[in-house]
Amino acid sequence: MSYIRKPVAHHSNLPVNALGLTERDYEGGMSTLCAGCGHDSITAALIQACWGLDIEPHKVAKMSGIGCSSKTPAYFLREAHGINAVHGRMPSIATGANAANRNLYYIGVSGDGDSLSIGFGQFAHAIRRNVNMLYLIENNGVYGLTKGQFSASADVGSRSKGGDINEQPPIDPVLTAISLGCTFVARGFSGDKEQLVPLIKAGLQHRGFAMIDVISPCVAFNNHEGSTKSYAHTRQFYHPAIHTDFIEPRAEIRAEYERGKTMPIELHDGSTIVLRKVDVDHDPTNRAAAIGYLERHREAEEIVTGLLYVEEEGRDLHAINRTATDSLVEARVHGNQQAVLEEVQTQYR
Amino acid sequence: MPGRVNDFTLKIATVNGTGSASANALLTKAVFRMGVPVMGKNYFPSNIQGLPTWYEIRVTEPGHLTRSGHVHLMVAMNPETFAKDHAEVTPGGYLLYDSTWPRVRDFNRDDINIIGVPLADMVNHHFADARTRILMKNVAYVGALAALLDLDLAVIEGLLQETFGESKAKLVAANMQAVELGHAYVREHFECPLGLRVEERDLTDGHIIIDGNTTAALGAMFAGATVGAWYPLTPSTSLMNAFSDFCERYRTTEQGEREFAVIQAEDELAAIGMVLGAGWMGARAFTPTSGPGISLMNEFIGFGYYTEIPAVIFDVQRVGPSTGMPTRTQQGDLMACAYAGHGDTRHICLYPADPAEAFELSARAFDLAEHFQTPVFVVSDLDIGMNEWMVPELSWDANYRPDRGKVLDADELDRLAGPFQRYMDPDRDGIPFRTLPGVHPAGAFFTRGSGHSKHGTYTEDAAEYQEVMDRLACKFETARAHVPPPAIEYAYAASGGDGRQRPRPTACAIVSLGSCDLAVREARKALKAGGTELDYCRIRAFPFTDEVERFLAEHETLFVVEQNRDAQCKGMLLMETDVARDKLVSILHYNGLPIASTDIEEAVLGHLNREEAI
Ligand SMILES: Cc1ncc(C[n+]2csc(CCOP(=O)(O)OP(=O)(O)O)c2C)c(N)n1
Ligand code: SF4
Ligand SMILES: [Mg+2]
Repeated sequence: MSYIRKPVAHHSNLPVNALGLTERDYEGGMSTLCAGCGHDSITAALIQACWGLDIEPHKVAKMSGIGCSSKTPAYFLREAHGINAVHGRMPSIATGANAANRNLYYIGVSGDGDSLSIGFGQFAHAIRRNVNMLYLIENNGVYGLTKGQFSASADVGSRSKGGDINEQPPIDPVLTAISLGCTFVARGFSGDKEQLVPLIKAGLQHRGFAMIDVISPCVAFNNHEGSTKSYAHTRQFYHPAIHTDFIEPRAEIRAEYERGKTMPIELHDGSTIVLRKVDVDHDPTNRAAAIGYLERHREAEEIVTGLLYVEEEGRDLHAINRTATDSLVEARVHGNQQAVLEEVQTQYR
Repeated sequence: MPGRVNDFTLKIATVNGTGSASANALLTKAVFRMGVPVMGKNYFPSNIQGLPTWYEIRVTEPGHLTRSGHVHLMVAMNPETFAKDHAEVTPGGYLLYDSTWPRVRDFNRDDINIIGVPLADMVNHHFADARTRILMKNVAYVGALAALLDLDLAVIEGLLQETFGESKAKLVAANMQAVELGHAYVREHFECPLGLRVEERDLTDGHIIIDGNTTAALGAMFAGATVGAWYPLTPSTSLMNAFSDFCERYRTTEQGEREFAVIQAEDELAAIGMVLGAGWMGARAFTPTSGPGISLMNEFIGFGYYTEIPAVIFDVQRVGPSTGMPTRTQQGDLMACAYAGHGDTRHICLYPADPAEAFELSARAFDLAEHFQTPVFVVSDLDIGMNEWMVPELSWDANYRPDRGKVLDADELDRLAGPFQRYMDPDRDGIPFRTLPGVHPAGAFFTRGSGHSKHGTYTEDAAEYQEVMDRLACKFETARAHVPPPAIEYAYAASGGDGRQRPRPTACAIVSLGSCDLAVREARKALKAGGTELDYCRIRAFPFTDEVERFLAEHETLFVVEQNRDAQCKGMLLMETDVARDKLVSILHYNGLPIASTDIEEAVLGHLNREEAI
């Protein structure tokens, strides 16, 4: 078998972005996931977001771990370098790559198994370091690629395809990320692109670690009655707390926003996100309040979505390291090495 | 004991965490400054305070900078280990102890000389607080030894001034006071100097005293490394500390911006992941670690091998298996490094013998890693990494340019006809071209540790998979001619028909690697003095080069000297060369102390005598 590459045909009737590119130019190889898999919808949302932001595809580094979800970076941005790490270890690859070159966009795609089990430590530590990247967890409550075992995000009482009931409490990536000090935490649903695309855009423009937990049903192993990560269950218990409108730099804020219910937040590149609260009692800039809000709704078994916590002033990896603005890709052999060697050696004579 | 001028070993037994390390370093450096070659080795516990620790100093005008296997003077400061230390003194030698507390009943040998100095007593009289007293007791034995061994007090004072600087003149004075206390007491009560003594020479000119982690770090900076990731692990920790310090000084812009990033990872899995991420991005990146870290990194190392990402891994080996003895030395990871990762993997490994070579091979490792697009190991050990060695001054080629390997730049990618294909072999050397992220849309490809074809695409096709694996094997063959050749010394040369000198191989020879070197050299000299000449091949790299193969072929018996139990180097030679099994005789040392020349000498003679007996 060899790689299937979609024909790149130019459809003159497709809209182009500021770079003159159509959404097609942001696509990748043909997906090999199951038809109806939530992950494919997220890929589509990513394509739309990157196109909408006029990002040069080759200025993106895309990466993932191992799993069905982790296969998806091959399905978008064919002109971007991509890397499939080992299972659960994409955050370290992202950290090293970002340390070496701060001047690219970083998109990491992971699964609930990849991030919350084998890679839980790396996930947590990438958050701690505030690596400037977009980090998506395509969350289906199971290990898709190894055929449907419960993952660490499976809810108590959720039934597997084989009939087992999960009794262990789930690890919630959203609560985890907020408590670890993540500076951008959102939850979306693969079935709601209208909400997801602006979230992805905002996450890409956020400086720091932007984590989006995207409920992404696995149609092969976790879409049955009794599963809490099925399409039907997600739709039934879906609770958008907040709508996020993403507004490009320099673009005018046109929509009429009701005062008190909206909250504009300026991102580092000058773009703005306007949060429209569906629930007035949620304040996404207050960490303790956000955790309390999420806990209350978790008890009510609701799936709260939207941009749930954001902090624009966090210092990222490079701010903390005081890294030079140029990338570190060039080997640094400048200066008079001979003189340096001489100076160093005087201490050892 | 007959007089031993500039040729003796002293050993200092103390308790760790009492400041004795700096006193011992002071002694070592004083001998060095007096122009006499000196070896200092620290046998310290995996502990912060309160456990026994030893420091061995060999004063060696002939330049045998290795363990002699003797203790001519023992400074027994630790009551807990007193009996053992007392027993270890070479007959005719001396034992210095703190006679504040008489221990007459402990002396059960009449073949050694006892020197009692009331160290605690004298410092307690002169210094007030408890901590100072503990520290100064060590400095006082330096003074006592200075008198006994005829060390120059002006040299000691000069070193103290360098250590504390002008701003801390008081500290210098206090230390000198303690030195003089010990010095005066010994002068008054014993005949000074002893038969053992140091006489000034000029044999250390052009040399430095330095540890191999510092030089390896310096090599990394000189090679232009910009990203380092690590997780603290003895004995590798000081390598990253040194790199950070060097870069802070020499790789920070005037505006205070760092042209480097050192990341303390959450574990070694992440550390190697970060290095591979940075290497994939195109930066020169490395991680220092030791055995336990190598074990953790295995999956990612295999990934780096198969996806062909440059990375440099320093394995400063310590005693395994498992946690083992973290502060003792061994060469126990030879195989773990050479074959790290599951599936068919083989890695370029470099084996420095001392800190000077650690500097050279550290820098070299970055070139090899990028030239061959693969993880490269610098396999050092605790002895090299943490002990201070006297080595010739380091030198650096002013014309050095990093070898970044086959990387297509934006212009080349502009001219590319058709899509970029990552794993082709256009030059038939097994080395493909690579591209870096962010440079050009035409350069994009997908890096994956899963099966891939030469085009870089996912594959489960039998032939496509195998083609890439075969090319990787070919790449390793190319590396064979590029890695550092062994250092070979022949005992005899004969002139050939063309008048040129050619080596005339001895029947028996030694093959070794890494920090065994100096012990092998001293053993060869001793054996030669007894009439046994042995050629010597010190392997400096894996894959083994043709020179190694030839050396193995031209000798009948090869003693393979290494510091592990399972003869890992010998195993690799059997697996990787054509040498016949019955030609190889192992000499193994693996108790955690650096190998001594006597270990080798005795083993060689033992074998030769047995052969004769048959
Ligand atoms: C070290 C290691 N152990 C186990 C596996 C097998 N494995 C592959 S994918 C996977 C789970 C993936 O689950 P998730 O991240 O949720 O992705 P999904 O397939 O559900 O999208 C496992 C256990 C592996 N690849 N590597
Ligand atoms: S097994 Fe599940 S997660 Fe994997 S591709 Fe199919 S539907 Fe998607
Ligand atoms: Mg999953």
